[in-house]
Amino acid sequence: MAGERIGAWGRGKRPLRINVFDEFRRQYAWQIRELGFMVRLLGRNPSAVAGFAIIAGMVAMALAAPVLAPFNPIQISLGDRLLPPGGAHWFGTDELGRDILTRVMYGARISLWIGVIVVVIAGGLGAVIGAVSGYLGRRFDDLIMRVMDVILSFPPLVLAMALAAALGPSLNNAILAVAFVMIPKFARMVRGEALAVKEKQFIAAARASGAGSLWIVWHHVLPNCLSSVIVLGTLILGETILIAASLSFIGLGAQPPTPEWGAMISVGRKFLMDQWWYATFPGVFILVTVIGFNIFGDALRDVLDPRIRR
Amino acid sequence: MRIVSYVLKRLAYLVPVLLGVTLLVFIISHAIPGDPARMMAGQKASREAVENLRRSMGLDRPLYEQYLRYLAGLVQGDLGFSIRNQRPVLEDMRDFFPATLELTLASMLLCVTVGVPLGILSAVRRNRPIDHLSRIFSVFGVSMPVFWLGLMLLLLFYRHLGWLPGSGRLDIGIDPPAFVTGIYLLDSLLAGSLGTFRNALAHILLPAFCLSYVYLAIITRIVRSSMIAVMGLDFITTARANGIAEIVIISKHCLKNALIPTVTITGLSIGELLGGAILTETIFNWPGMGKYVVDSVNFLDFPAIMGFTLVVSFAYVLINLAVDVVYAFLDPQIRY
Repeated sequence: MAGERIGAWGRGKRPLRINVFDEFRRQYAWQIRELGFMVRLLGRNPSAVAGFAIIAGMVAMALAAPVLAPFNPIQISLGDRLLPPGGAHWFGTDELGRDILTRVMYGARISLWIGVIVVVIAGGLGAVIGAVSGYLGRRFDDLIMRVMDVILSFPPLVLAMALAAALGPSLNNAILAVAFVMIPKFARMVRGEALAVKEKQFIAAARASGAGSLWIVWHHVLPNCLSSVIVLGTLILGETILIAASLSFIGLGAQPPTPEWGAMISVGRKFLMDQWWYATFPGVFILVTVIGFNIFGDALRDVLDPRIRR
Repeated sequence: MRIVSYVLKRLAYLVPVLLGVTLLVFIISHAIPGDPARMMAGQKASREAVENLRRSMGLDRPLYEQYLRYLAGLVQGDLGFSIRNQRPVLEDMRDFFPATLELTLASMLLCVTVGVPLGILSAVRRNRPIDHLSRIFSVFGVSMPVFWLGLMLLLLFYRHLGWLPGSGRLDIGIDPPAFVTGIYLLDSLLAGSLGTFRNALAHILLPAFCLSYVYLAIITRIVRSSMIAVMGLDFITTARANGIAEIVIISKHCLKNALIPTVTITGLSIGELLGGAILTETIFNWPGMGKYVVDSVNFLDFPAIMGFTLVVSFAYVLINLAVDVVYAFLDPQIRY
């Protein structure tokens, strides 16, 4: 039966049936209460609600693009070149007769995907690096943190550009480049937390019962850093989307005919003086999306930071 | 003096960081692209020519030896050879640097002259309409795609209103002023030609605003929050109780203390501005290092890209160091 399994200790005549959901709720009662409290706090915070609404709208648009979009995003229709907004094309068309509204909607899939995948890669690697570095300490920690300092010695866009150029212009390479640049932000923060967690008694207990360092990092240190990683990830998502769009704009990210916002603006720039709509609409969507992540991230940080919590 | 030992310590720490920077740039430029010799020789070159080039560039040597050679070259000012312009990257940098410096300084000036007063105003009128406006202004600033903002500014002020010119540093037909600093605004004043100065000023307004907007937003927020923090302190209440005029309290007692974090953030943003210049200069056809590197990217001119990356990150590191030193100097509570 869905949601139920045989209890491990139910030996004897009648196997004890335990509802997995109930068990889960009991086991994580404290975390669930905390989460509910956070959601209520966020719900009372107008900018959190606004940011969440923007993000949800963009995600919905990205998911529903194949259903909602009025045209095909890459099919060329030369008869409809550079039509101004109005009629069937609300946002006008581009130099190959493609509907800009359609391309902007599909663009949301790419930009959001880039943002999420970069944060997952950078957050995952950064958290592991930071946790190991902070937990092991000493020489290893020194070495890792000096490496992170070196990465932070470059302006983010400049390093991402150099890396993406060296790897070769493509969307995946741009994702790797941006993720690389973002790793130190996560690593530094998680290292700080790991230093604090390391001193807790349950770590000493784990060590006394013979747990290895890596096991402790994985089972104790990383889970304790998870919520800060999520907050930082949300805060960084906006910046990530901006850097990725900038790379596409200078020709190092998504390549045509991919309907990526930065790449669209890059082509639209050639038509700026006479076909204003081409470069304008993709930019509006970048701006709105990033605003959504920024104000939601700020609110989330405020709510999670007990010093500011009201 | 403790501050001297602090500065010395920071300078010593600079060495491994700068070495690390060169190592990372070396790795990116030598290890990642498939074959620098092939890149240099072009796709059509014969295999023999590529082999010869590889040998003459020392690319057949082990990597650590190549790195040492690269370092030795750097110390002598050898940043590589630009494939596109067929001359040393260092010479390119020297030619394009003044334009970038001028744009960066102008943006910095805008940041401070607009950002600081705006921040003070929103702190003094906290939670009033002006504060909300400045908050919206800031949220837009940190969320704005710089390249798109540039295009929109062009559309409005150049295409539709026709108030300001759209590209370059001077109108075509106007000769640049005699070279003193390479900064046209200064050089034209030194040469006494007001017409050139006015023209250069008109050209720099849009790109400078475009480049500064992000940091303007950040500086406004920092000034606001540090002003609010200082205004809640006891000595301000005392000053009020003593009947000191509000304007004096704000401008003298509060601002002086609130400016410390502002100095940090302003210094840090100079480095960031160098990165932002890549996009702004491209949009406004501003003949500086940023436009140079984007042109190089489109040409896959790797020595030029890596030279730029190295120069900018060195500048970034040095500026950050200078900021830290100034910070330690300004705030006697801070000793590391």
